[in-house]
Amino acid sequence: MRDNSAPLSFVDRAAKAAPEAVARRVRGLSDRAIAWLFISPTVLLLLAINIFPLAWTIRLSFTNYRANRPNARLLAVGIANYVSVLTDPDVWAAMQVTAHFLFWTILIQTLIGFGLAWLVDRRFRGHGFWTTVILIPMMLSPAVVGNFWTFLYQPQIGLWNYSLEFLTGVPASSFSMIGSVKLAPWAIIIVDTWMWTPYAMLICLAGLRSIPDYIYEAAEVDRASKWRQFWTITVPMALPFIMLAVLFRGIENFKMFDMVNLLTNGGPGSTTEVASITLKREAFEKWRTGYSSAFAIILFVTVFGLANIYVRALNRVKSR
Amino acid sequence: METLMARVSALAAVAMLAVAPSAQAQSKQLTLCWAAWDPANALVELSKDFTAKTGTQMKFEFVPWTSFADRFLNELNSKGKLCDLLIGDSQWIGGAAENGHYVKLNEFFDKNGIKMSDFMPARVLGYSEWPKNSPNYWALPAMGDAVGWTYRKDWFARPEIKAEFKKKYKRDLAPPKTYAELKEIAQFFQNRTIDGKKVYGAYIYTERGSEGITMGVTNVLYDWGFEYEDPKKPYHMKGFVNSPDAVKGLEFYKSLYDCCTAPGMTNAYMSEGLDAFKSGQVAMQMNFFAFWPGLYKEVGADKIGFFTNPAGPKGRFSQLGGQGISVVSYSPNRDAALEYIKWFAQPDVQKKWWALGGYSCHKAVLNDPGFPKSTPFAQDFLVSMGIVKDFWAEPSYAQLLLAMQKRVHDYVVAGKGTAKEALDSLVTDWEKVFKDDGKM
Repeated sequence: MRDNSAPLSFVDRAAKAAPEAVARRVRGLSDRAIAWLFISPTVLLLLAINIFPLAWTIRLSFTNYRANRPNARLLAVGIANYVSVLTDPDVWAAMQVTAHFLFWTILIQTLIGFGLAWLVDRRFRGHGFWTTVILIPMMLSPAVVGNFWTFLYQPQIGLWNYSLEFLTGVPASSFSMIGSVKLAPWAIIIVDTWMWTPYAMLICLAGLRSIPDYIYEAAEVDRASKWRQFWTITVPMALPFIMLAVLFRGIENFKMFDMVNLLTNGGPGSTTEVASITLKREAFEKWRTGYSSAFAIILFVTVFGLANIYVRALNRVKSR
Repeated sequence: METLMARVSALAAVAMLAVAPSAQAQSKQLTLCWAAWDPANALVELSKDFTAKTGTQMKFEFVPWTSFADRFLNELNSKGKLCDLLIGDSQWIGGAAENGHYVKLNEFFDKNGIKMSDFMPARVLGYSEWPKNSPNYWALPAMGDAVGWTYRKDWFARPEIKAEFKKKYKRDLAPPKTYAELKEIAQFFQNRTIDGKKVYGAYIYTERGSEGITMGVTNVLYDWGFEYEDPKKPYHMKGFVNSPDAVKGLEFYKSLYDCCTAPGMTNAYMSEGLDAFKSGQVAMQMNFFAFWPGLYKEVGADKIGFFTNPAGPKGRFSQLGGQGISVVSYSPNRDAALEYIKWFAQPDVQKKWWALGGYSCHKAVLNDPGFPKSTPFAQDFLVSMGIVKDFWAEPSYAQLLLAMQKRVHDYVVAGKGTAKEALDSLVTDWEKVFKDDGKM
């Protein structure tokens, strides 16, 4: 005899809610089977759009395949593509450009983002309005931002050059932010910082707001100065969030493509050619599919490996 | 009952017959793919005659030049059915022929009496043949084009400017005959104030992403003796691509870029040149003849003049532009597409093509005694088309092109290394491509 007071299992509840014919079938399945039934479409979708392309890319990276020559004989080339990528000076140059871009964007965005978060956290009059204003660049499409800043940087009609002329007296048409070898790397750093500092600010703000007020009150009782409170309470307790902001921006900027492509297209020369632009050129302009697959795998492993090391460090900080 | 069935069947058959022609007419549609530029608008106008004659509707897919190659080479490589007809770049012909993207047209030409001898030989070689100099045709020459120059005729005609120029250079201010003269004129105009506005000497190609700077640099390098390979030994490039003369040519291009271009022109191609000229920013503009009809109308006869590429120390040449029209082999409308080619090849259609703003390659148009005077730039076009040279049309042209884009942009715009180093590196890059292709 069934005990009506016992809670119904998931299968029973599903069977009760379903029409009689379906219910009979559902009752024959275990909870685990039902769970698999529900998640299998998602798993299949993930396999189709993530795992299969990854496996296919790995396979192609060991061949001489070129997408623009479908009739050519497919040959296994072993690790030759990986060796070519790792010994290609252009690839290393692109990695250096990427590293420069990564280092400065992360450093500047984290510092400014944390500073802004600290200010917004003061809850001054109208802070909600200013928070929204600060977040606007982040809400724009990178394509819009790229085109918009291309005009701002124009030496003859751009607002950026005119502003600098107004502030420094240097003639507006005497320098080109995106055309100069020295200035172009900084031009893309400025735009990325303008766009993504609000994101770092948001994460840091979450960190600052997670610090309980009683800790500051206790510090006040102990007569700790504001400066000491900042370095011994605010920074250490917000550190996991700051590190999270660094991780997210690091991963994003490692694969930065759209904004750089629109702003400088990797130029002048190859001055701002970040790794993703090199990869796109190899894959979809030169059609070296096998080579570019190897390059993509190397980039993937690099990001994945670095992110893993970083997450371990983050966990250590959190567990302190 | 049988009678009823018979009547219903008869009615159904009549209904089907009535509907069938209109359904067929509706399905007769061709898609023609090309770049989005002035001549494409002329082709839309011209194609209305084809629709009127055959009932086939024409649909057009025009893509801006900077993404033209990416878009349509992707389409061909993926065996897409978007384009029935494609006016593809001259350099695509090798890859498109060897990879089976284009329909070979020899048999069709023979069957329909279309003779390649009716078209100018340089265009047939550039736009239709693969392998080069062999009677294997993959396209009908559609749009002749080459790089030329425009200049501000009104500025050149101003008495005070003419007098100052003559005093400085001891010769009259006139369209340059040599690159040395061109540079002097460009230097003369650089940073000059005309009508209260600062102007600049010359506009030249510097675009990095697609083919821009290569088209500009080769256009100048040919005049300095640059060759792609040893004429006697195919794919042997050392001493030809990076010959001392070619090095001097590249140095000249950089010196022209450094001395005489407008600020910020570090990634500029066709449209930027047109804008710079139309807005009165530059005295001279390097660009393709294809734009001259539209520019002439827009800027006005009193302000714009034209000249062909000046001569360099080793001769006078011009970079070939232009395209042939091909039938895409994946098209489900191959017969209708071939019908369009047949119609387009007719001398009357070609004459109208030129009249609307397209550049015909047909001898019936170009050898017409009235042609040189038909527009202010027609004579220059004829001269230019007689001195054209083209970039590699090999199946690996994209790799060859991107290597050159990188090397020359690094040197000319970014100022990295020397001209010799740039061309030496280019030889290394190109040799690697040909070795990978098994041609070296």
